[in-house]
Amino acid sequence: MEAPITLITGTRKGIGYFLAQYYSKAGHIVIGCSRHTIDWELPHYEHYQVDVANEEQVKLLFSSIRKKYQRLDNLINNAGIASMNHALVTPISTVEKVLNTNVIGTFLFCREGAKLMKKNHYGRIVNFTTIAVPLKLAGEAIYVASKAAVLSLTEVLAKEFADLGITVNAVGPVPIETDLIRAVPPAKIQALLNQQAIKRFGTFEDVANVIDFFLRPESNFITGQHLYLGGV
Amino acid sequence: MIESTAQTEKLIDLILQNIEEIGEEQQIEIPANLSTDTALFGKHGLFDSLGLVSLVVALEQRIEDEFELSISLADERAMSQKNSPYRTIESLANYAHSLMLEKQN
Repeated sequence: MEAPITLITGTRKGIGYFLAQYYSKAGHIVIGCSRHTIDWELPHYEHYQVDVANEEQVKLLFSSIRKKYQRLDNLINNAGIASMNHALVTPISTVEKVLNTNVIGTFLFCREGAKLMKKNHYGRIVNFTTIAVPLKLAGEAIYVASKAAVLSLTEVLAKEFADLGITVNAVGPVPIETDLIRAVPPAKIQALLNQQAIKRFGTFEDVANVIDFFLRPESNFITGQHLYLGGV
Repeated sequence: MIESTAQTEKLIDLILQNIEEIGEEQQIEIPANLSTDTALFGKHGLFDSLGLVSLVVALEQRIEDEFELSISLADERAMSQKNSPYRTIESLANYAHSLMLEKQN
């Protein structure tokens, strides 16, 4: 069997970097991207410097993949930014940044990814939502709204892409000890963990486990679904 | 201007090739006597919405391969019968051509 071609956004650090390592080790050809350059290398990995919300840059990335591989099997829309702030003191520039990366970025990659996947009538797309959506977390209005949008996108695109042989699902992680939550006060994180059935931080492996399930060829009857970690 | 006409003609060729391929792929019977004002969708059109979407995406990729130009044929009026640039083979070719010109300038 040919090595799967897997595109992961936001691979410079955090979960994205872990997933790049994980799928490179699993024998995939991994294509990653981030806004900034990276200072690491991996076997079977190629990196593109791309702003996920920039249509022109995103189209160029997909054009390179199409020319080189003529296909794309898996797309993991990991790139995301958070903003933790009371709504009354959230500047519009932050709102735009969060919506651009999380919503427009995810949509653009789904759109361009599906164009490439439809050629083979096969594709797996995994988006990133968060448990902050069902928990309706105060202090993260824009982040939560953007991830609720990702959830809706996932559900609707699952229907639009079903005839193309493409599944679209979402994983909703609990807090993981990454940069994304570094600025959040520990008491707030603890209060969040207390709302989970299993009250611990998530790990990168927990996330990879869910993604593995969605990516399996056997998961061809699973689409439009979201899976929250930790029992939320 | 001569070059423009040549480009539009080339685009019509590419659209016709794509129509044939999508017809085969999606097992849609394509009439032999296609003309530039053949309707692409709608009551008497060639394709349903999925077929039309496939045609538009395939054309974007062909344009990139043939002309080394990356354009986005996405359009808000896509499914409106009256104003859609995807109405007929000719309107799609003209629309693609106008986007190519924008990109080239």
